[in-house]
This record gives sequence, structure tokens and C-alpha cells, in this order.
Amino acid sequence: MSEEARGASRADTKLHYLDNNATTRPAPEVVEAMMPFFTEKWGNASSMYEFGGQVHRDMEEARAKVAALLKCDPGEIVFTSCGSESDNQAIFGTVEALGPSTVVITTKVEHPAVIQPCKALEERGHRVIWVGVHGDGTLDEAQYAAALATPGPKLVTMMWANNETGVLFPIAECARLAKAAGAVFHTDATQAVGKVAGVDMAATPADMLSFSGHKIHAPKGIGVLFIRRGTPVRPFLLGGHQEKSRRAGTENVPYIVGLGKACELAAAELRDGTLDRIAALRDRLEAGLLRIPETVVNGNREMRLANTLNISFPYIEGEAMLFHLADAGICASSGSACTSGSLDPSHVLKAMDVPFTSLHGSLRFSLSRYSTDADVDAVLEAMPGIVRTLRDLSPFGR
Amino acid sequence: MWDYSDKVLDHFHHPRNVGVVENPDGTGEVGALACGDALKLTFKLDKDGRIADVKFQTFGCASAIASSSALTEMIKGMTLEEASKVTNADIAAYLGGLPEQKMHCSVMGMEALEAAIANYRTGDTSVRELKDDPLVCTCFNVHESEIVQAIRINKLTTVEQVTNYTKAGGACGRCKGAIRAILERETAATAAAATTAAAPAQTQAAAPSPATAPKAFKDLPPAKKVLAVEKALDEKVRPSLAIDGGDVELLDVSGSKVQVRFLGHCAHCVAARLTQDGLVQKALRDALGDDTIVVEAGE
Repeated sequence: MSEEARGASRADTKLHYLDNNATTRPAPEVVEAMMPFFTEKWGNASSMYEFGGQVHRDMEEARAKVAALLKCDPGEIVFTSCGSESDNQAIFGTVEALGPSTVVITTKVEHPAVIQPCKALEERGHRVIWVGVHGDGTLDEAQYAAALATPGPKLVTMMWANNETGVLFPIAECARLAKAAGAVFHTDATQAVGKVAGVDMAATPADMLSFSGHKIHAPKGIGVLFIRRGTPVRPFLLGGHQEKSRRAGTENVPYIVGLGKACELAAAELRDGTLDRIAALRDRLEAGLLRIPETVVNGNREMRLANTLNISFPYIEGEAMLFHLADAGICASSGSACTSGSLDPSHVLKAMDVPFTSLHGSLRFSLSRYSTDADVDAVLEAMPGIVRTLRDLSPFGR
Repeated sequence: MWDYSDKVLDHFHHPRNVGVVENPDGTGEVGALACGDALKLTFKLDKDGRIADVKFQTFGCASAIASSSALTEMIKGMTLEEASKVTNADIAAYLGGLPEQKMHCSVMGMEALEAAIANYRTGDTSVRELKDDPLVCTCFNVHESEIVQAIRINKLTTVEQVTNYTKAGGACGRCKGAIRAILERETAATAAAATTAAAPAQTQAAAPSPATAPKAFKDLPPAKKVLAVEKALDEKVRPSLAIDGGDVELLDVSGSKVQVRFLGHCAHCVAARLTQDGLVQKALRDALGDDTIVVEAGE
């Protein structure tokens, strides 16, 4: 498509953004909070003079807001550049601290930012135990318990909420079991922070937790690693005393301040009924789409994020649906092979043994505080026709 | 987001010749629901032997739909002789190019056309002759002949390209060693052909290059090979086949090729054989190395 045509189609159609598990719109309040740190307050937070000192206090205020959302001590918050960095730091840093005989316990449905480090450790000779899930995406707790019985030093790394299906793992319970087995416990909570009331480090004995700013309406380029005091983890980035020598590099103050604001907004949202409103929209979307014949929801519908719907339309393929949705101004994503660079469909749906009739025809809709009834209506209006068109084309249709 | 040409998007949004021709002269079906794409092509000839009507049904992504639609437009009015010369490269060119990772969509079009023509000529509905055509990629069910054809038509030189064009190696990746071996053989053959053309006297340069692993399975003495294969079959394959009342017999081992024959209950079922092929291939690769190739003997 020519640039001109792309521009035109964008202008003609209203954007219905339903891909919030991929990234979220930066909140206007967040952008506003960040601006002074590009124009006036650009000092180095580590400097001795007041021009830097004020910036340092603003940064620590942001750290306190993040800690308030996670219900932990601000001293346990380390700012990073993204969720992937936090995951890599947690996994490699712990294994380095615990030594070469460390066994890593993880699950088959993690984000690549956890899977790839675990595979790299496997190649280096570490034993990695890949715990499976049930057909509805919930954790196989028996397999997990068996894995914890492995002797020797252990790191558990397990996601709080699945990015594709929204299915939740019982992290508080899993962390308790891990601690009882003497393991270090890390959770990738990128999809859970700000979306689940139970992300509470006072009530969850996890040693480490990762998340990323751009999933909760802060900009891309800022992440967090919570490290509970006393956790054996070696720093990854060396070269400065920043973040109490746990992560070198001049602090990214504008983004840290933006993240602080985003966490403050998220904390308020956990109390003010926003999640219920999002869940109601999602449920209306789900009920409407389920009226299309043979449609199936992937993943447990109770133990699930309020904002996520993963749904399969058998006999047709995801990328083709996304192209038609884009014509209607709708942004969503798919677990089909063709949408990624790979030829293999979603590892999450495969781990759930989703039947091959639906494996390539899955779509993920993920909502946010900015989602509206109009967004849901747009999907419900477009989807039946798209499915009919593609099933008419398909040799397996009807 | 893929950068599709205007022509791809046009054929995706307005696919031509959708459906099934009534009482077709030829039908070609390739791909499968499990593999993520599939294409059914039907055509009817006029009294001069030209393709008078051709229709397609495709399950797949935007470029798979566009490739199928383009193919039908291209071959309408052709004789089968002319149509049989259409390659995946022609389909991609007609569409103004396809992203490299989507070239397998054009290959699927070519294969469906081949299958439909073969169906017209022989009445055979089976997609490919499985005898003496080893299954290389068990995930996407890609046979050696398909890989060789894609390499030759598109002048492929890397494993990654072969994956983009045929999907082989695109899932578990275990067959990448086997693909590399095929590529080396093809490259050597091309080089040898060039040498022969220049100086018709010699050619031992055409021998496949040495194995990457020094004491690979194919370098073992024959007796050791047979023992290793039998052990793997006993441990990993026969117990599963026995459940369905089947068995497998080892006929021959040469290089990294293992020739087997299925026996008993499922020996005559093509669908079951595909599963068994995959099972044996995987078990033997686990035990003997990723360049192991299993060939099923003819009846």
C-alpha cells in the first residue's frame, strides 16, 4: 500500500484500539507529568548540587508511588529499561548468584523474555523444568509441586497473567510453595500489575517481580524489577552506583516520573470500579462473538484478566482476519503463525492443546480504561461478515 | 505488519475465481488445517485442451489467498503443457513480489497446480508419490523432492531460505541438519554440472561435503548402524505401533538413510503411514542425529 493510501485509510476510519496487552496509550496525565523533565528539570539525579538534588527527590517520589502500587518498600524497586530487561536480570542474575548447579523451574507458556533466557541457560548446561498447563491454560499444580521436589538450589520464574489468554496463575500460593522448598521465586507480572488487585508484595512472598511501564499507560522504555531485600541476585549492568548498584546507568528520570504517575493512576483504578467496567465491556464482546457459529474462547473464563479475550474462529486464519479488521479500523492481534515471523502458531495455545482446527484462527482482543462501547460495537459489527467471507473462501468452511 | 504489494492486497480483498468447478477435470489439494494453510484447486478444460475454468478455495493468510487468486488468473486459457511450467517464482512476480517469509504461499500455489495436473493425467488423488521420497520435515510434512524443487527454481542457498519457501524447519527445527545436507548436495551438483560442462573428463568434486559431526551416525560401520537403528525402533517406535496392531521392519541402512517397511494393521492406510513416518523419523533423529532420513519402502 502506498504511504498516501495508508494515510487516507487511517483518516477515514476511527481507530478502535483493542490491543492493550501489546501496548497502551500513554495517559495524558503521564505525558504532562513527564514534560518538565525534558525542558527544565533535566539535571542528573546523582549530582551533588540542588539542580540535580531536586530531580533526585522527584525520582524518589515516583519510586514511592510504584512501591505503593506493589505494596512494598521503595528501596526494593529497581528501575530498568523494559520488562524484558527485568526478566533477564532476574533470571541470569539469580542463577549467577546461586551457582552452576541451579535448577530453573518455569512454565511452557511464559513470554519470550523468560523463555529465551531459560533456553540459553539450558544450552549452558542448566537443568530447566518446563511445567505444563491444563487445557484451559491454568497451571498444572501437580507438575509444579513435583518440580519443586528437585534437590539443590532452585529458581522459579513464572508469569502472573498470560499475555495471550489473560489466564492467571495462583502466584501467592506458588511463591509460598517455592519458599517452603527453598527456591528463589520470580514472577513476570507485566500483564498483571495495575490489572489485578492481588498484586501485593506484602501478601505474596515472591522474591522478585518484573513489569513494564507501557502496559499501564506509561511510555515504552521504562521497566521495574522489584527485588525483595536479601534476595541473592547479581547485577547485570555494571558501571555506576545508581539504583543502589543494582543497575548502572544514569537514571531515566522523565520516564521514571511518568511511570510513577501511571502507577498512581493504576492504584486508583484498582479501587474505583474501572476494572469492573472493563470486564463488562469484555464480557459483552465475548458474548457477541460467541454468537458466530463454532466460535470458542481459549483459556479459563474465571481465572482471567478483566481486559483480555482470546477467541478462536475455526477453519479460517488469524492474519487474514486481522487485515479485514484493520479495514474497519480495529487493532487486535492473533496467535496464528502467519502474524509473527515464525511459521509456528502460538506456543501458549499449543501448550494448552487447543485443537488444530482453532489453533491458526485465534484472535486476542485486549481492552483498557480508554475502551468504549463504540469499540466493542465496531468489532461485533465487523466480525460476522469477516468470518463469513473467509469461511466462504476456505476449503474447510462449513 | 507485513509490507504487502498493492497487488497482493488487491487479490486478498477481491479474490478472483473462488469456489469449486463443477465436475472438474483435475483437482489438486495441498496443505492441511494443522499446518496453518491449505489450498484446493479445481479446473475444467475446453475442447482444445485449454483451461476454461479454474477455481480455488484457500485456508490461510492474506498472501496465501492472494497467491491462489493470482494463480487462477495466470493459468486461465493455458494448455496443461503451458500451465505445468508455471513456478512459484512466476506467481510471486505476478503479485509484484512477496515478503521473503511468505514465499511458501507461492510454493503452495505451484504444488496445488502440479497436483491438479497430475490428478488429470493419472487420476491419482494422492498428493505426492511417497515412495523413495523421504519425509524431511515432520512438523509440516515436507518431502525431500519439494525442498529440492524449491532450491532449484528459486536458487536457494541457505536453510533459512528453504524454510521461508517450503516451511520445512519452521517449527521444531530438528530437520535443519537434513535441509543443510540437501542444500550441500544440490550446491555440489550444480558446481559439478558446471565443471562437467567445462571439462567433461572428471567429477569427484560432486561428492557431498563431509559431515559436520566427526563420528556421526552415517560414519559408523554398517553393523553398528543396524544395531543402533534396531535399538531405537525397539525402544521408541514399536511399542506405539503395537497399540494399533502394527510393526516396522528395518530393510536397509546406507549413509544417513534408513529404509523401513510398516507391517500389520496400518500398513495400507496412507493417513496412518504419515503419522508413522513422523514417529519413526523423530525417534531415529533423537537417537541417531538430526540428519537421519527415513525412507519407506514400496510394497
